[in-house]
Amino acid sequence: MDGTELGWWGVPIGVLGGALRVSTPFLFVSLGECITEKSGRINLGLEGILVTGAMTGYAISFVTGNPWLGVLAAGFAGLLLGLIHGLICNLPKVNDIAVGIGLMLFGTGLAFFLGKPYVQPTAPNLPSISFGAWSSSPQIQAALQVSPLFLIGIALAFLLAWAFKNTRWGLVVRMVGDSSDAARAMGYRVNLVRTLATAAGGFLSGIGGSFLSLYYPGSWSEGLSSGQGLMAVALVIFSRWNPVYCFYAALLFGGAGSLGPALQSVGITSGYYLYNAAPYVLTLAIMIATCSTRRTLAGAPGELSIVR
Amino acid sequence: MTQNATALETGVVATAPGVTPGAKALSRSLWAPTLGQFGPAVEALAIPVGALIAAMLVFGLFMALLGQSPMEVYRLIWQGGFASSFSWQNTLSRAAPLILTALCVALPAQAGLMIIGSEGALALGGLTAAVIGHQMTGADPMVVKLAMAAGGMLVGGLWIAAAGAMRQYRGINETISSLLLTYIAIALFNHFVEGPLRDPASLNKPSTTPIGDANMLGHFPGLDVHWGLGFGIIFCVAMYVLVRHTTWGFGLRIVGGNARAAKLSGLPVDRLVLAACFLGGAASGLAGMVEVAAVHGTANASLMAGYGYAGILVAFIARQNPVAIIPVAILLGGISASGGMLQRRLDLPDATVLVLQGLAFLLILASETLYGRFRIFKPKGA
Repeated sequence: MDGTELGWWGVPIGVLGGALRVSTPFLFVSLGECITEKSGRINLGLEGILVTGAMTGYAISFVTGNPWLGVLAAGFAGLLLGLIHGLICNLPKVNDIAVGIGLMLFGTGLAFFLGKPYVQPTAPNLPSISFGAWSSSPQIQAALQVSPLFLIGIALAFLLAWAFKNTRWGLVVRMVGDSSDAARAMGYRVNLVRTLATAAGGFLSGIGGSFLSLYYPGSWSEGLSSGQGLMAVALVIFSRWNPVYCFYAALLFGGAGSLGPALQSVGITSGYYLYNAAPYVLTLAIMIATCSTRRTLAGAPGELSIVR
Repeated sequence: MTQNATALETGVVATAPGVTPGAKALSRSLWAPTLGQFGPAVEALAIPVGALIAAMLVFGLFMALLGQSPMEVYRLIWQGGFASSFSWQNTLSRAAPLILTALCVALPAQAGLMIIGSEGALALGGLTAAVIGHQMTGADPMVVKLAMAAGGMLVGGLWIAAAGAMRQYRGINETISSLLLTYIAIALFNHFVEGPLRDPASLNKPSTTPIGDANMLGHFPGLDVHWGLGFGIIFCVAMYVLVRHTTWGFGLRIVGGNARAAKLSGLPVDRLVLAACFLGGAASGLAGMVEVAAVHGTANASLMAGYGYAGILVAFIARQNPVAIIPVAILLGGISASGGMLQRRLDLPDATVLVLQGLAFLLILASETLYGRFRIFKPKGA
């Protein structure tokens, strides 16, 4: 098949390629948010963490020449910001949602401030793994270029799902999230568990940010994130606090976001910006269809302020 | 929301100072100095101011670590924001939309909602105003301006009311839905500005057709500050009176304090929440109209300058008090106006002021924990 004559097949291939390419940050932030929310707190500041992670990853990759060190540094930058959120929320009477908004502003401001010198230079990017060698079509080959971070993310989603069910750590996090009274009665320190869970969530979100600057689009600028961090909260609700569903949701959101560019490639340009809104409309529609004022969502941690 | 509950309590205590103090409390007040009935008011002022000072100290430390002189940075912020009549004009024109977008957070907050979607309401309000202004070209400018304001307020109000309705009728968290609505609003805005409503003459920056000079909002006599500031101040004072001094506002604050109690006492909770959301969204839509009719003259991407997000910060520092929003918005307007000065004089990135704002926000939120901790602020009999 000649690559230029894919015709309408270009749309599903474009969407699939887009889903594989852009879903990684969605996957990491939603897994991070999932850990945080399982412990009974919500971190709305993942957008700030994501942008800070993108900046840190790019800067460290530029300075050291090793993109994997950048990924690690991005994770630790995210961990620090997550820790700030966790520690402030430990204070009595402080609202976790509001602190998240504050962290969002602080994180993006800090990233723009410290990242100014790194807008121009080019840092080494992460390698990609090709799964499309069997096909002669360049579109299919391009669509099946996969980042190693994506594969790590998939493994992590299944690992987390297993860990929440089968490990002591997973059970403690879930207990703290479902009933802080029960956790206290068992002798666990609720605030400590929640702080660590928020820091772990920050670590994963930072890595999600490093994907943006080190793989796709693969450079650092102030307009890099298109709100992937903000979507995390909606994604986690959408996937009912199940890490494996987070993976499916990330694919779906990545694919929905690629619908506009894919249709543009076959000549449909009207409504390009409306397709950008597809993931948000989808989330809202699903929430309208499934939420209710009479019961909480199935699978929701009992201590979570947004579903109580 | 805890801060609304405390605001309600303090409000009630402040209006009922004549409660006879118990013997135990009386003996305690002999030992500990208090500020009497002014305690809660002083507390509401002292704690945010203290948090802002703490934020300035941390920011100064951050600047010092980067090799900048903190005193020089603050001197330039003062100079860029407040030192000359030119900087005051710059500050006040930035404060005008901030006042209105902060109301979009503060009014639903009275009913216990945390709405963060003012950026979207601002965008759609501005777009509506631009369309009305262009369509009515040739009509009496006064009528056009009124129609633009009304249209912007209606669209912004309905947009935020939608978030309120989803919460009341479907139980969807309003923080998340308003954020999603903002992204949808921005996509709609881009679609219309770059597509059906685009002025073919706008080549580099897609914009709608200009509303024309005759329909632009004028300036205050003798000042280079546009009327948007006046709109904001009038809106704030009106909302303060409505919320604090009418039965309707009292009902709204009961909903914010305890929605179940409000329902049991027969208050129309759904209607109150929707109205508060509508008023807040209307304020944000008016901010969009002001930006179009007083600054840009057309709707384009410059409308999305982050006023919606900065307005959240203003509302929280003002502790959701409509009148306190005015000075806080002027303070933040001044800080953001000084960004250019810092860039020119010290070669600092323009995001410097964002770091200061973010720090201030985090410390203000952390200071919530201090309310009620200091005996000196306790009112008599408490």
